[in-house]
Amino acid sequence: MTGELGQLAVCFALALSLVMAGAGLLGARADQAAARSIANGAAMGMLVFVALAFGVLTYAFVVSDFSIALVANHSHTSKPLIYKISGVWGNHEGSMLLWVLVLAIYAALVAGLQRGGERLTSASLGVQGLLAAAFFLFLLFTSNPFGRLDPAPFEGAGLTPLLQDIGLAIHPPMLYAGYVGLSASFAYAAAALMVGEEGWTRAARPFMLIAWIALTCGMALGSWWAYYELGWGGFWFWDPVENASLMPWLIATALLHSALATEKSGAFRTWTLLLAIGGFSMSLIGTFLVRSGLTSSVHAFASDPTRGFFIMILIALAIGGALALFAWRAPTLKGGAAFEPVSRETTLLLNNVFLIASCACVFVGTLYPLVLEAFNGTKISVGPPYYALTFAPIFFALLLLVPLGPRLGWKRGDLKAAWRSLYPALGLAVIAAVTVLAIITPRSVVAAMAFAVAGWLIGASILDLRRRKGARASAFAAALAHAGLGVTLLGVTGTTAWRSEALTVMAPGETIVVGPYTLRFDGVTEVTGPNYVADRGHIALMDGGKVKAMLRPEQRFYTAEGQSVSDTAIRTTGLRDLYLALGDNRGGGRYAVRVYVSPLAPLIWLGALVMALGGMLSLGGRLRAGARAPVAEAVAAE
Amino acid sequence: MTAKKKRRLAFAAALVAVGAVLAVIVVYGLGQNTMYFRSPTDIAEAKIAPGVSFRLGGLVQQGSVAHGKGADVRFSITDGKSSVPVTFSGVLPALFREGQGVVTTGALNQTGTFIANEVLAKHDEKYMPPEVVDSLKRSGRWKDSGV
Repeated sequence: MTGELGQLAVCFALALSLVMAGAGLLGARADQAAARSIANGAAMGMLVFVALAFGVLTYAFVVSDFSIALVANHSHTSKPLIYKISGVWGNHEGSMLLWVLVLAIYAALVAGLQRGGERLTSASLGVQGLLAAAFFLFLLFTSNPFGRLDPAPFEGAGLTPLLQDIGLAIHPPMLYAGYVGLSASFAYAAAALMVGEEGWTRAARPFMLIAWIALTCGMALGSWWAYYELGWGGFWFWDPVENASLMPWLIATALLHSALATEKSGAFRTWTLLLAIGGFSMSLIGTFLVRSGLTSSVHAFASDPTRGFFIMILIALAIGGALALFAWRAPTLKGGAAFEPVSRETTLLLNNVFLIASCACVFVGTLYPLVLEAFNGTKISVGPPYYALTFAPIFFALLLLVPLGPRLGWKRGDLKAAWRSLYPALGLAVIAAVTVLAIITPRSVVAAMAFAVAGWLIGASILDLRRRKGARASAFAAALAHAGLGVTLLGVTGTTAWRSEALTVMAPGETIVVGPYTLRFDGVTEVTGPNYVADRGHIALMDGGKVKAMLRPEQRFYTAEGQSVSDTAIRTTGLRDLYLALGDNRGGGRYAVRVYVSPLAPLIWLGALVMALGGMLSLGGRLRAGARAPVAEAVAAE
Repeated sequence: MTAKKKRRLAFAAALVAVGAVLAVIVVYGLGQNTMYFRSPTDIAEAKIAPGVSFRLGGLVQQGSVAHGKGADVRFSITDGKSSVPVTFSGVLPALFREGQGVVTTGALNQTGTFIANEVLAKHDEKYMPPEVVDSLKRSGRWKDSGV
């Protein structure tokens, strides 16, 4: 019965989304106050029904109701509770239900917070209603999560063990909060085009920030997971699915900066609208890449051409519709305000140019193999060297500019003064580069340059934090986010330039020296987990003649799913990771062992956390300002 | 020309310049760094120069896996029609076994042995890399019921 309840709830939500679309769009007209209240009510109602459907599905997973096909195909009674719950979105249908749930939450937030004028809000709800309706149809016609199995099997097929991990349990909801969060800015931008309201960036800013924070955290989680779970010691593989989250992040970052200029000085008015459309387009394209099964990846659960086709139509309608609206309405809006060549606007313009260019590189690298295969069947892959050659230098150039922006005034800035105030940061950059060249081996000029840039970023941020102590939260937030970039850059550089690794076959009692560590292999024992059996390696970290610590990497075999994954053992000092993975059995108690020593690796994710904190600080300031006062006062306060 | 028009023109010119530079970088980058996927039959039919990197995929041939000293391992990759000898030094993926689909990255040496620097096998017993499925279909050795 519960399955039918869930399906019914989705149908009701679809009906409400259509009401919300109609009433919301009608409410964009000044004299339609009644339609506006209907749209608000529909947004709340839609959330209730989607949450009900999601709750029903979650319940079915928790109690292992195998009469529902999705549960039977993706769950198992022996799974720990947390992975029964995360199994809800560890498959195509459930993850699309999560997608519409997040969409409904954002619509309810737009309706509840009522930021911006009431006509703007109403039109945004109308656009969100259209999007929601399209996704509900997608769900019901191609990806019904509540399909039945008769007779119900006795046991489920289990969940891919790679997904049975705490990092991947929270990674998809986080990423979706980011992907779908961009739908709110998209809706506000489309609404602004309809009603001709300029203040939309202020209304949409919290949603841009939430989306950006969630994307930052989601990407960091994904990369952290790849690092400790795949057992290859890498943190980013330029996999199409990783790129699918990087592209919206790059556009969202550009949008945050461009919208700031629009709000503060009236520059880039039309460009910001276009970016808001582009950001969500990247989310949709990312979804298409992941969900269509066109790319072979751990994330590609299902390869069903009808789904890919449906999403492609949806993308065409959403992007095409928004761009048509843009072409029709944008000329009637006020153009961007002028500014001097030396001004904060110019740095933000360059920021956008570099971000869009780097996104274009990722876009081409990701889609080129698909296009080529579609045309002549040639199978190629584009590897990390392509990105090192294209993406890296562009992003590097962007980072060089970052400290300059906040030091230049709006409309007209003083380059000399800005430059002079950055001398201490420049000093830090030089010291960092010289130190790296003088002390650390192997000597690497690229690493020294990267350290200089990181020193430049972090130094400038420290100056900002000191100079503006007690001042505006927004400046503090920006400084924090920029410092986070520098910290991540240190981590990326450290692991890339100075990682040492050893791949060897070890017999019990053998020792090996990797970097500063001496390791002794003490053999392997067999252990049994809740739903797996594992070979557990016992490797002693030696200090002189004594055992300093025991590390226990595992090779787990999940019996229900017939799959095996490695469970790495990582010992970190905060500045350096010792990373062990157990390989294949080579007979006679001998095992292949993989050892990586990754200097500064933890900084990669620490930096992302600092960036996200900066975003949260800015968000907090925004929401306080919004709650405190009408628009005019909030502008004055910033 | 008015000041506004001048500004627009300068902006458009800058945009074109940036786009052109970007296009050059991307095209050059793709030209240097794309890797083709080949099946053992492709290698038998077409002459591939030693030292050129590509991806080789197929099934690990039954009875071909032999461990050398240290982490060295030799095996053959087959698509049922032709097979290619492969050497690899490193840790094999957990589900690497005879009869399993794999994708390797590397280059041929002078004697026609494929020197792999990376061996990928999915973590799933039932999974078959799509490229391998395609090449098995082309060599007529693919059964839909699974291999």
